[in-house]
Amino acid sequence: MSEGEPLIEARRLVKRFGDFVAVDGIDVAVRAGEVFGFLGPNGAGKSSAMRMIGCISPPSGGSLRILGLDPVADGPAIRARLGVCPQRDSLDDDLTVIENLTVYARYFGLPRKIVRQRAAELLEFVRLSERALDRVEPLSGGMKRRLTIARALVNEPDIVLLDEPTTGLDPQARHLVWERLFRLKQRGVTQVITTHYMDEAEQLCDRLVVMDHGRIVAEGAPRDLIERFSTREVVELRFGDSPLESVIAKLDGVGQRLERLPDRILVYAEDGDTAAAEVQRRRLVPTSVLVRRSSLEDVFLHLTGRTLVD
Amino acid sequence: MTRPTAMALEYFLVSYRRTWRGTIFSAFVTPVLFLLAMGKTVGTYIDARGGLEVAYLDYIAPGVLASTGLQIGIFEGSFAVYSAFHWSRCYHAMRVSPLSPSNILGGHLSYAMLRVALSATGFVLVMTAFGSIHSATGVLALPVAVGVGASVTPLVFAYSAVISTEGLFAVLFRFVMVPMSLFAGVFFPVDAMPAPARVLAYLSPLWHGVELCRAATLATSTAWGVPVHAGYLLLWSVAGFLIARRVFVRKLTD
Ligand SMILES: Nc1ncnc2c1ncn2[C@@H]1O[C@H](COP(=O)(O)OP(=O)(O)OP(=O)(O)O)[C@@H](O)[C@H]1O
Ligand SMILES: [Mg+2]
Repeated sequence: MSEGEPLIEARRLVKRFGDFVAVDGIDVAVRAGEVFGFLGPNGAGKSSAMRMIGCISPPSGGSLRILGLDPVADGPAIRARLGVCPQRDSLDDDLTVIENLTVYARYFGLPRKIVRQRAAELLEFVRLSERALDRVEPLSGGMKRRLTIARALVNEPDIVLLDEPTTGLDPQARHLVWERLFRLKQRGVTQVITTHYMDEAEQLCDRLVVMDHGRIVAEGAPRDLIERFSTREVVELRFGDSPLESVIAKLDGVGQRLERLPDRILVYAEDGDTAAAEVQRRRLVPTSVLVRRSSLEDVFLHLTGRTLVD
Repeated sequence: MTRPTAMALEYFLVSYRRTWRGTIFSAFVTPVLFLLAMGKTVGTYIDARGGLEVAYLDYIAPGVLASTGLQIGIFEGSFAVYSAFHWSRCYHAMRVSPLSPSNILGGHLSYAMLRVALSATGFVLVMTAFGSIHSATGVLALPVAVGVGASVTPLVFAYSAVISTEGLFAVLFRFVMVPMSLFAGVFFPVDAMPAPARVLAYLSPLWHGVELCRAATLATSTAWGVPVHAGYLLLWSVAGFLIARRVFVRKLTD
């Protein structure tokens, strides 16, 4: 692999299941040290893309190079240098926390002495040292996720693939995972993350692609995407039970763009307070008015006409 | 065995550390109970009628040994494999590492064969205590029992990999394992059955294993000669392994 070549390079990558196209010709390049995100709703094709990158699902079309190698021909050699945190847990509930790490490390052919040392360090890293000798089964969802992440690091991978690392966790557990992943990034570990949480993508990713129906609908740094596809601020208006059609007609010309959701109207504007004042001037009486900064959620809404988490 | 396969095996051995006590216990207690009930007790009635050349206990013991190879093999290849795909998902954990589907299959199958060997060893020791081993060639019954396990276990692995509900194991147990255990010459000579049933017995790997085990412990000759019986078990093992490998590659690649 030559200097500066992307660690992961996909061109027109396709994944089909029978007639169904799960990944529909995506182009992706991930460089060393980068944290790259796949953002998209359920069924967008994020996991399918990840599994191809993880060399366990052969591409149906297009080209894919990982670490300069061919995933079909060199699967085991590539996987030896990847760390994978799959969407669905595959921890062994009956083994202890530390056994889950050591047994897994052995799949990579690491000698026992190194395995023991690394397992202890990683448990420290994900703050599970006190639970080392406990069975996995009774651990909380957040602890299991952290253990899975520790397991993915046991071979000191060049690339870590994290498929929805925090789905199903409570806010506190999510923040702990984010903080650990940020530490990894500081160490220069390349990460690929899928998520359908906008805040997660904004927090963690240097660059991301927004996926929908197997296609990439936008690509860039989170801030760039927001600047490109949204306004600086958003006003969220709720009108209780009154029908929103009649309201939206009266909002014509307020802000730069309007978006009607089932339960609220979004007014996109550079200055949210000015827009909110204009709403009042038109004698509309929303039950609630919220001015906030634009987020990736708004980018997604704009690009696909749908909200991300429904 | 390649190193990656050995690493997959290691996982199953680590898991076994939590359950080995129970399996050792049953490896000895089950044969004792069986040989007492069937061999000694039922045997008293049968021996009184004098239809066999040896005591009924000594007649069935090698057969039950072969059938133990079959049953432990089927047991280790059924729920454990289904769980590895769907419940514990340990195959999926291995799959994202450098291990290949063949390594995973090889590791788990080796573990199943070790379990068969362990139970068969317990059985042979119990048989020795009962005085059912009439010749030094009796030790050969041990590899034969493992051979019986090896002839069916890969196919059971393949079966467990393709079924979509664990309810289908009942089919395997009721329509394959139980009839084979009853009618493949373990408890009475297959000559006693009508021709169609006899053909089925000849087709079953267990009958060939029973013939070999009995010849080993009683120092008698087999029906069709050792190479035929051993070859037949080997054929099933190899064909079964090739089928299981195909299935595992397909199931662990999407
Ligand atoms: N093995 C498979 N066989 C058939 N269809 C599949 C398979 N795997 C995924 N799909 C389909 O491909 C589509 C994309 O699935 P994928 O799991 O990649 O989405 P995702 O973006 O990860 O969604 P989620 O956020 O729910 O995890 C879905 O419609 C799914 O049903
Ligand atoms: Mg997914």
